Amino acid sequence: MSMRQMELEVMRYDPEQDDEPHFQSYSVPCEDDWAILDALNYVKENIDTTLAYRWSCHMMVCGSCGMMVNGEPSLTCKTFIRDLPDKVRIEPLENFPIERDLVVVLDDVMEKLRMAKPFIIRHDEPPPEDQEYTQSRAALYKFKQYTMCVNCMCCYAACPQYALDSSFIGPAVLALAHRYNIDSRDQGKSERLDLLADHDGVWECSFVGACSEVCPKSVDPAAAVQQMKIDGAKEWWKQKLGGGKS
Amino acid sequence: MSRQPYVRPVSKTTWYMRNGRYRKYMLREVTCLLVGVYCFLTIWALAALAAGADTWNGFLASQQNTVMVVFHAFALVYFLIYQAFDWFKLAPKAMPVQLGEKKLPDRYIIIAHYVAWAFVSLFVFWLTGVI
Ligand code: SF4
Ligand code: SF4
Ligand code: FES
Repeated sequence: MSMRQMELEVMRYDPEQDDEPHFQSYSVPCEDDWAILDALNYVKENIDTTLAYRWSCHMMVCGSCGMMVNGEPSLTCKTFIRDLPDKVRIEPLENFPIERDLVVVLDDVMEKLRMAKPFIIRHDEPPPEDQEYTQSRAALYKFKQYTMCVNCMCCYAACPQYALDSSFIGPAVLALAHRYNIDSRDQGKSERLDLLADHDGVWECSFVGACSEVCPKSVDPAAAVQQMKIDGAKEWWKQKLGGGKS
Repeated sequence: MSRQPYVRPVSKTTWYMRNGRYRKYMLREVTCLLVGVYCFLTIWALAALAAGADTWNGFLASQQNTVMVVFHAFALVYFLIYQAFDWFKLAPKAMPVQLGEKKLPDRYIIIAHYVAWAFVSLFVFWLTGVI
């Protein structure tokens, strides 16, 4: 297998030493089929053991290896060096505080995930003990795409609205809330709408779709947010005209 | 070990120069200025219309100079590119149609929007005596 010498410009930040981040270059002999994550692992194992970054699965499942690769929010385990120039700049995901090197602080989105109530809410009686809530395939296909999200937060790093104001709930969490709203087994839509249709919710999104463009799992959060806007508006009219909640 | 997360500064004035996507976003956002000017023109036109034939003709005359013609042409093209085309392209995302287990292909929804637009335009042209 042929090798290629790559130059990795990696953003470093040591909270105990540095006042601000700086770049450090590593020259890495890469194999053709490597992803950026392999190159980082090479650095960690052979050049600099102090480099900090997150990863786990190396197969686009855990969602922990999101970083900026040449300015683009990317899952580094699926960003291949064969598609990149010889010099690559790697930074922690934008729009998040840097904990250390390439590791970002995700507390904000974790808290928002909780707010979205990402679980099935039922008001009716639960089904009898030995039965399940059934669902047709057509009903499953309505939301299946949104279940593919791996919480890599690349969409937050791309979102101009979140960049400007981090009180915006943001793409992945909204997509997740929408996923439950349109699940035929769920009855918690109005609870989520109250929370998400306010000023930090869906109306902040200007629908440029940067989130969907960078999503490595083709979740299309921008679509979810727009559908929630329509739902939110419908609900508003229903309350105005009908005087009650659906 | 002490935590001391570093927050990268975001420039309030030049943040959108960071990448092409943000620049495109800003180009779209500034259409609000054109919308503002258009609202003003419309209110002015209505006021002129209400005030009588002379004022109305005065308003029409005020629009018939190079600056205003260029402005109207520019605004039209800008609106078309950044609002109409963009919006129609995104419409299938906002209003997906699922028939049974299949999703209706996006292009049908997009085409339907263009057809509706054509009909509305024809109606307006008919109403205003252009055709
Ligand atoms: S479509 Fe909305 S959520 Fe997605 S990047 Fe744009 S502003 Fe953010
Ligand atoms: S929606 Fe896509 S980009 Fe956003 S967190 Fe989920 S998988 Fe990542
Ligand atoms: S390492 Fe798990 S998604 Fe990349």
